[in-house]
Amino acid sequence: MSGIEIQNLTVRYPGDVTAIDDLTLKLEGGKIYGLLGRNGSGKTTLMSLIAAYRRVTEGTILVDGQEPFENEELTQHICLVRDSGDVVVDGDSVKGTLRRARRFRPYWDEEFAQRLLDTFQLPSKRGVAKLSRGQKSALGITVGLASRAPLTMLDEAYLGMDAPSRYAFYDILLEDYIENPRTIILSTHLIEEVGRLFEQVVIIDRGRLVVHDDTDSLRMRGAAVVGPAVAVDDFTTGMTILGEQRLGGTKSVTVYGEIDPDARAVAADWGLELSPVALQDLFVHLTKGDPA
Amino acid sequence: MFDDRSPIYHQIAESIKNDILSGELGADEQVMSTNQYAAYYRINPATAAKGFQQLVDEGVLYKRRGIGMFVSPDARDMLLAQRREHFFADVVEPMVAEARVIGIPLDDVVARIHSLKAEESA
Repeated sequence: MSGIEIQNLTVRYPGDVTAIDDLTLKLEGGKIYGLLGRNGSGKTTLMSLIAAYRRVTEGTILVDGQEPFENEELTQHICLVRDSGDVVVDGDSVKGTLRRARRFRPYWDEEFAQRLLDTFQLPSKRGVAKLSRGQKSALGITVGLASRAPLTMLDEAYLGMDAPSRYAFYDILLEDYIENPRTIILSTHLIEEVGRLFEQVVIIDRGRLVVHDDTDSLRMRGAAVVGPAVAVDDFTTGMTILGEQRLGGTKSVTVYGEIDPDARAVAADWGLELSPVALQDLFVHLTKGDPA
Repeated sequence: MFDDRSPIYHQIAESIKNDILSGELGADEQVMSTNQYAAYYRINPATAAKGFQQLVDEGVLYKRRGIGMFVSPDARDMLLAQRREHFFADVVEPMVAEARVIGIPLDDVVARIHSLKAEESA
């Protein structure tokens, strides 16, 4: 259900801007994915294409084996909540927003929607224009989750929400996913906060795929090698080095790639400490370079 | 609860092992379901399932189809034996190495152990 297959997808914008650059990616259905990338990396463009907001011109996107664009049957099963407000519209009220979603969404759960309104303390009669930034986001999340779309995408859906509301969102998301498994793609910059919810992580940078892996496997692919500078340099020669820091005679080098048991034994022998790298740090290392 | 030092599934397995060692989880007692565990600790259910599966593979937990997972009757003895085996390599030897580095005579360390032992039997 709601697996996604993307083949050689390229999107060019006027002015010689390549938003998506020959992207090939296969996402199995039924998992929670973290879609990570810096601003302008192509996350929103990618999700908009999957949600059929735009036509694919180069390459293909298949959702459950079908092209989503102008496929009304399929798009009912795909829900994208993004910042630019197509789900939450200013001229509408909270109640009206839910009414519209209810009409369009075959798996809509009204009771769940009401519970979400309560949790986020959204006044149902209020006009959307009068909601705060965080309340608008919470309304978007309400629609996104209560739609129970087999493919649900939330593009930085938490903007303006304070920490307690965000954690309430994560808890409800997880609980509802457990009860109603579906494909969920979350794009976020708050990697530390939500990283543990992701079964897999997809990192894109400048429209290209950088990494697609199980979250735990990805975390274990990076290591910080810490110890006497000379030994650290020796040990990391030939490895992919993501970054290094030096404090007096001690050096810490972040490497990317698997360190096999033999190498681990060598490290222990040389008095080097190997520790995993936080997902956020790996992300920073893998996507640094000129800002987009 | 969890840190970045090792895979989350591994930390889940370790924390359940600790509960068994401390006696909080007894033989043949049912453990939380992976879903309960995932919701409680805010982690992906697949990650939690991986941690539980590791314990099943190691014989620490056993599955009863359609009911859930339970602590193996000999889990605690098995874990105690493993920890005891690692105690000298993981705890004593690094302690001795550290004592040497910072210049604490091993006789002082032994004397301290003796005094702790005396306190215990007092």
